[in-house]
Amino acid sequence: MLENYLPIMVFIFLGIAFGVGPMLIGYLLGPSKPDEEKNSQFECGFPAFDDSRMYFNIRYYLVAILFILFDLEVAFVFPWAVVQSDLGWFGFIAMSVFLFLLVVGFVFEWKKGALEWE
Amino acid sequence: MGLWQSFVEVVHELIPWFDGSIATILIILIKAMALVMPLMLVVAYFTYAERKVIGYMQLRIGPNRVGPKGWLQPIADALKLMTKEIIFPTKANIYLFLLAPILAIAPAIAVWAVIPFDEGIYVTNLDISLLYVLAIGSIGVYGIILAGWASNSKYPLLGALRSASLLVSYEIVIGFALVTVVMIAGSVNLNVIVEAQKGSILHWYWVPLFPMMIVFFISALVETNRAPFDVVEGESEIVGGTHVEYSGMTFAVFFLAEYANMILMAVLAVVMFFGGWHSPFEGIPYMESAFSWVPGIIWLLAKTSFFMFLYLWVRATFPRFRYDQIMRLSWKVFLPFTIVWIFVVALMTQLHIGPWF
Repeated sequence: MLENYLPIMVFIFLGIAFGVGPMLIGYLLGPSKPDEEKNSQFECGFPAFDDSRMYFNIRYYLVAILFILFDLEVAFVFPWAVVQSDLGWFGFIAMSVFLFLLVVGFVFEWKKGALEWE
Repeated sequence: MGLWQSFVEVVHELIPWFDGSIATILIILIKAMALVMPLMLVVAYFTYAERKVIGYMQLRIGPNRVGPKGWLQPIADALKLMTKEIIFPTKANIYLFLLAPILAIAPAIAVWAVIPFDEGIYVTNLDISLLYVLAIGSIGVYGIILAGWASNSKYPLLGALRSASLLVSYEIVIGFALVTVVMIAGSVNLNVIVEAQKGSILHWYWVPLFPMMIVFFISALVETNRAPFDVVEGESEIVGGTHVEYSGMTFAVFFLAEYANMILMAVLAVVMFFGGWHSPFEGIPYMESAFSWVPGIIWLLAKTSFFMFLYLWVRATFPRFRYDQIMRLSWKVFLPFTIVWIFVVALMTQLHIGPWF
């Protein structure tokens, strides 16, 4: 069983190699003429006004929190989905209750305006 | 697979020490290279196809100078990128700055380990291959966030934030859309899912799950930052998003990862909704025997090519969405819709409605 996972390890290392290799080639083949202006951060021709680690909109954070909730939900639904035709009505009702609770939460978020971007 | 077995036996006879764990790993490595090398070639020529197709859609010719009809254009591009300077911004966090492209491309390649190309042609056959695809696929978002943060520049940071929220929003939608497929197929093994679609073109899951197929395809466009949802790059607003500070091969690695992901999404759409390696003429009396000589992998690649073309077609057709519109589409349209559709599919399975369940 575990030998099925060996190719995955090989693939991950191969993926890393495909990331490191080209960058190494580029580093070796390309010129290297550092320059103060060239190496400063890009800001449409101006010198940077202030630090780039700036404040950002709270909504991005909210979306991330909501994502955790719903992605967990997806993770819960997957095992049920595999066997749901065998579980019959019991499985259907159990999952209905579970999804209903989450939908209630979702409606609450919606009404509270957590999903508004305007 | 018979050919492969005999090849392995010949190698075993020729090299006595070629045995045990080293042999296993070498064989896997050969298989992996046989998959990844063509993949890279496809990525290169997909960029050429993109420029050519969009060119003709806009009544231009597209690249036609390098080589006959521009056929050598991708190779010229690659060579040029190789000889360009890699700029290390002074303010950037160099280690994370260089880690980001690797984190972007490693999952984009690792995912391909479980994709079934034909009956019995795969690198590995996991029982949880779909979960693996979703899990590894979502690591790619770290690459983009790290790229934006480590650059220590404003536009990359904005691009990274946009990208992170977009990717996570549509990942949920993709998850729910694929749940419906799993419900019908009764497995998360991609091989079993394809096998369950055997029969005819009407047994493929795009018929019973047509709305989910549409949702999946649109979400795939967002996940791969494609037009009309490419606000992450948004060159008219944030001049290129996360890639602003990257140059030369560091940028090329991001580019490879993005296109490898696009092709992956196309393959996934085919495997989940369009019958994988099954011929579209199955079950049709005379056509089936007339086309039975075509190997399954050809069908898979043909269907995948169609979806890849669809990416280009969409890009040439639609104007870019506004960011809040995309977010609304995900949370207020697709998410409720997919949840409702899960109920519908569950009900139909329990009541045994329709010819497919």
